[in-house]
Amino acid sequence: MNVVLLLIVVLPLLAIAVGLVVGRRVTQLVTGLSGIATFGLAMALIPGVGGHEIGHRVSAIGILRADSLSVVFVLATSFLYAATAIYSVGYLAAEARLAERLGGDEAAEFARYSRRFYVGMNIFAWSMLCAPLVNGLALLWVAIEITTVVSALLVAIDNTEGATEAAWKYVLIASSGLGIALLATIVMYYAGAQAMGQSYDLAFDPLIQSAHDLPATPVRLAFVLAVVGFGTKVGLFPVHTWLPDAHAEAPTPVSALLSGSLLAVSFYAILRFYQVALARLGPAFPQNVLLVFGVLSLLLAALYVIDQNDIKRLLAYSSVEHMGILAIGVSFGAPLALTGVLLHVLAHAAAKGNAFMGAGVLVRAYGTKSLTTIRGGLDRLPWSGPLFLIAILALSAFPPFGIFRSEFEIVAGGLQASRHTGAVILVALVTLAFMGLGLATTRILFHSSHPDSSTHPDDIPAHDDDGQAVDVRATRPRTTLVPPHNSNNPDTDTVLSGVAAATATSVRVTSARGLFAAHPAGARQPGERVSAAADDPNERLVDEMARTSSGRGEPSIWMVIPPVVGVLILLVLGVHPPAALVELLEHGAALLVGGAQ
Amino acid sequence: MLDVTLTHLATLGSSAAASTAPIQTGSAVASTMHVVAATGVAVVPTVFEGAANTVAVIVLLLEFMMLRTALFRAQIRLYAFQSLAVSVLAVVVAAGRDIPELYVLAVVSLLLKVIIVPRVMLRFLRDSRAEIAGSGALGVASEIILALVVAGFGFFTVGALGIQSPVLPTAALGLSFAVVLVSFVLMIVRRDVVSQAVGFFSLENGVSLASLVVAAGLPLILEVAFLFDLLVAVVVFGVLIRVHQTRSSSLSTVSLNRLRG
Repeated sequence: MNVVLLLIVVLPLLAIAVGLVVGRRVTQLVTGLSGIATFGLAMALIPGVGGHEIGHRVSAIGILRADSLSVVFVLATSFLYAATAIYSVGYLAAEARLAERLGGDEAAEFARYSRRFYVGMNIFAWSMLCAPLVNGLALLWVAIEITTVVSALLVAIDNTEGATEAAWKYVLIASSGLGIALLATIVMYYAGAQAMGQSYDLAFDPLIQSAHDLPATPVRLAFVLAVVGFGTKVGLFPVHTWLPDAHAEAPTPVSALLSGSLLAVSFYAILRFYQVALARLGPAFPQNVLLVFGVLSLLLAALYVIDQNDIKRLLAYSSVEHMGILAIGVSFGAPLALTGVLLHVLAHAAAKGNAFMGAGVLVRAYGTKSLTTIRGGLDRLPWSGPLFLIAILALSAFPPFGIFRSEFEIVAGGLQASRHTGAVILVALVTLAFMGLGLATTRILFHSSHPDSSTHPDDIPAHDDDGQAVDVRATRPRTTLVPPHNSNNPDTDTVLSGVAAATATSVRVTSARGLFAAHPAGARQPGERVSAAADDPNERLVDEMARTSSGRGEPSIWMVIPPVVGVLILLVLGVHPPAALVELLEHGAALLVGGAQ
Repeated sequence: MLDVTLTHLATLGSSAAASTAPIQTGSAVASTMHVVAATGVAVVPTVFEGAANTVAVIVLLLEFMMLRTALFRAQIRLYAFQSLAVSVLAVVVAAGRDIPELYVLAVVSLLLKVIIVPRVMLRFLRDSRAEIAGSGALGVASEIILALVVAGFGFFTVGALGIQSPVLPTAALGLSFAVVLVSFVLMIVRRDVVSQAVGFFSLENGVSLASLVVAAGLPLILEVAFLFDLLVAVVVFGVLIRVHQTRSSSLSTVSLNRLRG
């Protein structure tokens, strides 16, 4: 088993190395293989770790260690790693074809972009796989800090105004949060030093075993600092503010990884502190802290989901909601609820990955993220439309999908533990969030409110500088065309004052990326916007996508395969999870009840 | 106004530094009173504790100076000085607690945080013609008062928790939390990328301070891993500052207001 651990950590490193030296096609292949192999290896860990007594662990090279709790998070991450690696092939396909056709500088620019993308994605996945597998709070912090810096660059990779802003907010807020988390680690070190002597390495097992001898106040302080610090990365209220921006502006495969995996891995860090706090302080204090953060996050997310106009932000707030559910589930403390929490981690990774991948196809097909503009998705996208619908239903905890089972277990566990108020709040807020998700999805998939909206690619709306979708068929200028920060610029106002200008503005279709962001919007001259219409690279990209789209409008088969697999996994998790997995989840839950060291 | 606030600052500083002197008079300041109250006996602080607390006060004072400095380069220089103080503290702790590993940490910290990080930051700024940070969200005086309140809150809250051990300079732990909180003030009230980045780096200095005070025995390899993580973060901050600068032709964050809701 220790070879498996080692391979999980080494394979993505190989993919990184390959990505640095060879071209895109080989890198795509190697990344996909690395993702699939990692997922396979993670599945091999299920019987290897869960099939023994509670608390069984495997370790390798001194710093790697996996118990049933960590394997759950490795499974979630490795599945999304594989899924997004395959999805990325389709995600970059249209631009790759265009770049090949255009050749020259643009081909070189795209080659650079795709190298950065794949190397970044592999490092990101690697760091998220390392985080649950390293042995010790200090190494865990180091791994999570690496996820931050890499993912910040990935958020910024599209080099748009929105991406730059999101990346800056993300790196500043998340790094500061991790500063607090480091403080938590240090205070925990201090607490441990009182029992284990001045020099030790914060490994999990000795720390939990000697938890009874630790001084209470530093453990309490460390736990609260950890919830706030790592909670920043989890997206808990009130330190969630980077999350919707980063999820919305990152390339879709990165959004899927951020949402399904990064948030969960950060939650894993909180769970490790929770284990120590539970062993020392008893259940009341750590559970109440998590309950407060969980309920507030869920409340905020449910309200924002209802009034949301951006499909990716909608899903981002849904992530905040689900992280709130995890926190509340842990706060219930019952073994059933904790099993539900761990199942929720897996099911949420599959469902949210699917939802983001589906949203990515919708955004690609309609050229906008605006929920008011996307219409008739089911007609236009014969595969991705229904798959997105299924993902949303799964996220809303509909049977027979995995999240239904996990949320059912969490609520049942809450009732079992006589946490009636918490359970009622959970059900009420989840229902509220479902309403928001349901309404938005119904609008974009079933309504076709623009009678004249054919599926011709010419109808793809452009974007103004502000990232707001601009419907090019609108008959009157919209006030939102004028970006607030440009409103004192007469040139811009003039340019943007009419529909024609709106068409010509076409700064970028959301799906266009680095290749076409060679000249940043801020540096573009107003006059250039009008004249750029004829050879606007974005329009060429749209044409290219229309020309090469397969089937009845699916941009690429590679963007459909991973969600199909995701749905199958959600069904398996919901209908009849394999016995080995159930055993693993129960063992993991037992670790959080304090039943085993 | 500034003079008044600086006097406040000096008072705060001396209150912590006072613990270096034998406690004989009735004018024992709050922090020392706390030690007395918690332990029940008035202990005479050791030279090590006095030195550690003094360096911690210097780190906090430098944090306040960053808050009032308007020039980017001056801010980065202050950060270098602050890092130097933290490196000196590593030497003090190494000598006081007899942990030779910390000498290595002091050297690594000196190289990274006093030399490399400021140089990297200055290099990123070389192309920028902007010298002076744009106005903060508050005036300097209000900023300092706010920071004083926040620093006092951090200092006394940590004091009130009563975390103590024979080898722990309690005042320095409170001061490190104060540094962290003031660095948050710096990040929040300043509206330019350089100040915000320097705010984050100085937050890390505050955490290093806490780490030296309460977790001196932390294995060297982990300390160095933390430092290299910081270096990577600095590079990422630098890259994003560059991207932002190219995009908006300024270092101000005022234009970063589009993503809402």
